[in-house]
This record gives sequence, C-alpha cells and structure tokens, in this order.
Amino acid sequence: MGAMMEKDAPARPERAVRMGLLARASLTELKAHLEPLGVEAQAVRGPETGLVMLRGRIGGGGNAFNLGEATVTRATVRLATGEIGHGQRLGTDREATRLSAIADALAEAGRHEAAISALLRAVEERVATEAARQAEETAATRVDFFTMVRGED
Amino acid sequence: MYVAVKGGEAAIANAHRLLADRRRGDRAIRAIGIDQIESQLSLAVDRVMAEASLYDPSLAALAIKQSRGDMIEAIFLLRAYRTTLPRFGYSEPVDTGAMRIERRVSATYKDLPGGQLLGPTFDYTHRLLDPALQTDEAVETPLTRTPSPENTSRVTDILNGEGLIEPDSSMEDEHEPGDITRTPLDFPMTRDTRLQALARGDEGFLLALAYSTQRGYARTHPFAGEIRIGMVEVEMDLPELGFSVPLGEVRLTECQSVNQFKGSATQPPQFTRGYGLVFGQSERKAMAMSLVDRALRAEEFGEDIVAPAQDEEFVIAHSDNVQATGFVEHLKLPHYVDFQAELDLVRRMRAEQGLAPANTQSEQKEAAE
Repeated sequence: MGAMMEKDAPARPERAVRMGLLARASLTELKAHLEPLGVEAQAVRGPETGLVMLRGRIGGGGNAFNLGEATVTRATVRLATGEIGHGQRLGTDREATRLSAIADALAEAGRHEAAISALLRAVEERVATEAARQAEETAATRVDFFTMVRGED
Repeated sequence: MYVAVKGGEAAIANAHRLLADRRRGDRAIRAIGIDQIESQLSLAVDRVMAEASLYDPSLAALAIKQSRGDMIEAIFLLRAYRTTLPRFGYSEPVDTGAMRIERRVSATYKDLPGGQLLGPTFDYTHRLLDPALQTDEAVETPLTRTPSPENTSRVTDILNGEGLIEPDSSMEDEHEPGDITRTPLDFPMTRDTRLQALARGDEGFLLALAYSTQRGYARTHPFAGEIRIGMVEVEMDLPELGFSVPLGEVRLTECQSVNQFKGSATQPPQFTRGYGLVFGQSERKAMAMSLVDRALRAEEFGEDIVAPAQDEEFVIAHSDNVQATGFVEHLKLPHYVDFQAELDLVRRMRAEQGLAPANTQSEQKEAAE
C-alpha cells in the first residue's frame, strides 16, 4: 500500500500548473491583471458552486476513504475567438473563478501573454513567500534536544 | 376524539425576531465580523467544518455567528447548506506525506527526520487566564528559523521499514470507498466507511469513547506515533481535460496511533494502528478518532468485544451530533396527543387494579387536554 505515494508520478501538464496557480489567485490579483485587458468572454458553464468529496488514505498511504466535502466553484468561458478556458477553486468566490477561467482561455489562445505571465508570476511569488514564511515560523518551534550524560564517559 | 390544533404562527415569528435581537445583543457593542470569527476563533471554525463534514471556513464562520456560538446548531446549519449544492465529484486522495507542516510531534521517536515541530500549540501553557487579552494589546510577531531540508516522513513509514508495524491498510486495491452521504449506514461497515463516519463524528462523544479505552474498557495501549497538522493540496480530475488540476489547499490534522498486538497463528507480533484524519486544526478529535478506529478493529484482530468503544453499531450510529440532536431535541415539540393517549392508558391500568382516582385527577385532566 505504501506504493501509493505518487512521488514518481509524471510531472503535471503545464496547463494543470497554470490552473493550480489561478485557483490560488486572489480576486484582487485577478482584477488587477485582467481588467485592463478589457477581454469579453461568454459563459459556457457557471460560475457555479458545488461540492467535491475530499478523499484521504487509510493510515496516510493505504486505501482511499471519503473524508468530507468541500465547496468548490467552477466556471467555463469561451472567448470571442473561440478558445475555451476553465476555472475551478475551493470556496464560493464566483467572480474570481470566472476571471481565472478567462485567464486560462487567454493562455490557451496565446493572447496577452505578458499580462498572463505577470499574473501567474505574482501569484506564484506570493504563495511561495507565504509558504516560506510559515515554514520558517514553524522551524523556530523545533525542539533541540540535549542529553545530560551521566556516569563514566 | 382528535382535535387538530392550529396556531403559534405569530408566536413563532415574534420568537425569531427576538432571537435576531438577542443574537445581535447590545447595539452599543460593535457587531462581530465573519472575518474576525474566521481568523480569531479559527479552532471553532475548524470544529464546525469537521463535524458538518464541509470544508469552507467563511461559511462555517457565518454559521457560528448565526447560531450565537452554539456549535452543534452551526454544524446543523452547514450540513443543511450542503444539501442545496450539487456534487461535482471526488478529489484525488490527498497526500498527507507531502503536507506543508504547521505542527508535527511524535511521542514514540525523539529524533525523527524533520524533527519535533511544536507549532502553535496550547501544550506547555500554564492554563492561566491572560488579562492582557482583555484589551487589544499588540502581539509580537513569531520568530523564524531556517527550516531543515530533511524530508518530514511519516513515523509509521519508519516503523514500516522494519516490518514491526502493520501496513497502512489491507483492503484490496480495487476497493471502491463507501460514501455515507450516498448510501445509508449499514452494519458491519468496512474500515473506509467507518473512518468517514468518525471524521464527522462529535468530538465530545469520540473523546469520551477514546478515554474509556484508556481506562480499561477495551485496552489497546496506544502511543501517539505521530500527529501532524498542516496544509495539503486538493486535486481533482477534470474529465474535459483528461488530467487532474489543483483546487487549492485545505488544513488537516492527522494522527497515527501505534498500538499493541500480540500476534496470531498467522501473523508475528507487531504493532497495530489506528488512524485519525480531521478537517482543520483538530488535534484532540484526530487523536480520539485514531483510538476509536483502533478499538473498532477488534474483530479484525480476533479481540474479545467487551466494551462500548469496540461496538461498531453503537459507536457509529451515535457519533453524528446532527442526528443525535435532532432526535433528542424533537422531544420538546408538541406531543400532546401521544401524551394524552398514555395518560388514558395509565388511568385505565389503575382502574383495573381497583385504585381510587387521585384527588386532583379532574384538574390535571383539563390541563393535559
């Protein structure tokens, strides 16, 4: 069962990495980078909020079990030029999800590349900074054991 | 004779208006914000998410505000909300081994890879009320230190390497996880379905059961092999794309209990395990869950079933506090007709035994009817 660890899994497709970053983008970040572009997109699906059942593994790496649900919002849009974009994220923020679908569609279309990569870079940097900060704060609470040696050396 | 009774609409409407007033409280005091609840009462938010079985911190905070801090009412609100939403699907199983650790301790190994990381814990505090919190005094920022580059591997994987502990689980790989939100409870359960029920179970109930196993009602000699709290990434397969996509991160607490097992005819002596996994920072709940999970595996290990914590139907059927509160609290709703029937029955039984009616009988009869 320990073989369940997907360390050797193939690297994520580029689009999955991008969509993962867009799922973490704040509404402020999305608006700041997308609104100046004035892109129109037609809603194909959503934005709509629903449930995803989160799964864990027994013992951490064993058989899957259903842990509990999470709210997820998703949206699919089509640009005037026909490209389809998908957005999805935890929570109920419909506007952020719609904007992330537009960003995904623009990236698929290869349009506004500078603006999209600036958005992705901003999100990636913020997420990395927050994670590093949290890891450093946790590291400061690491126990340094020292042993009292008794008797003959 | 049965008389249908109507009424109470005005009383109910006025009661709800009164409830809204009392919830708001003294208007001279600022109203509490959802963001304040989410960030400053975050462990209450975590508990509501865990027992509602719905991960959404801001909706859980809203539920706490709406319920005036009544946790089970808040859990009920969030459970009710989830029934209004469509199910999009199932996530990929989360990888707790890849967790971004916020706290990680082991009571079995002192020097383990990644170290003992205390994180934001109540442990080692003196449990003295802090008058400084009565005012809004500035709080120091946390200290920082360069993190260890070591991989924070699970303690059970270390023991597993020596073959001294049972593997993570032993169901066949193709086993499709049961889902109690789709299929009614049916006993006996498989361990995966039991864990789903325990993950949403009432913290107090599971805590009491876990405590009972320590006090001798089904002894399983647990060690806290490892407790870890942190963020894990959630991924979901999107069929329209043909690959899985990250949806964001959730905070989870995982507890691996390590327990005795003397072995059997077919298995050498080795440690057995209980598993707890809970939404949010919910260490007490995760520990209790892992102890109860292990106790409920009694039959699997051929142990005598002698205590409540080992009785699957007893534990699982009574662990859900929304169901429990629904059935207990329904008793306060009008049962006038039921009670009148029982009253008549008691009177008849007494008459058959030749007992004289009580003096005040006629007055009571009027009151009950």
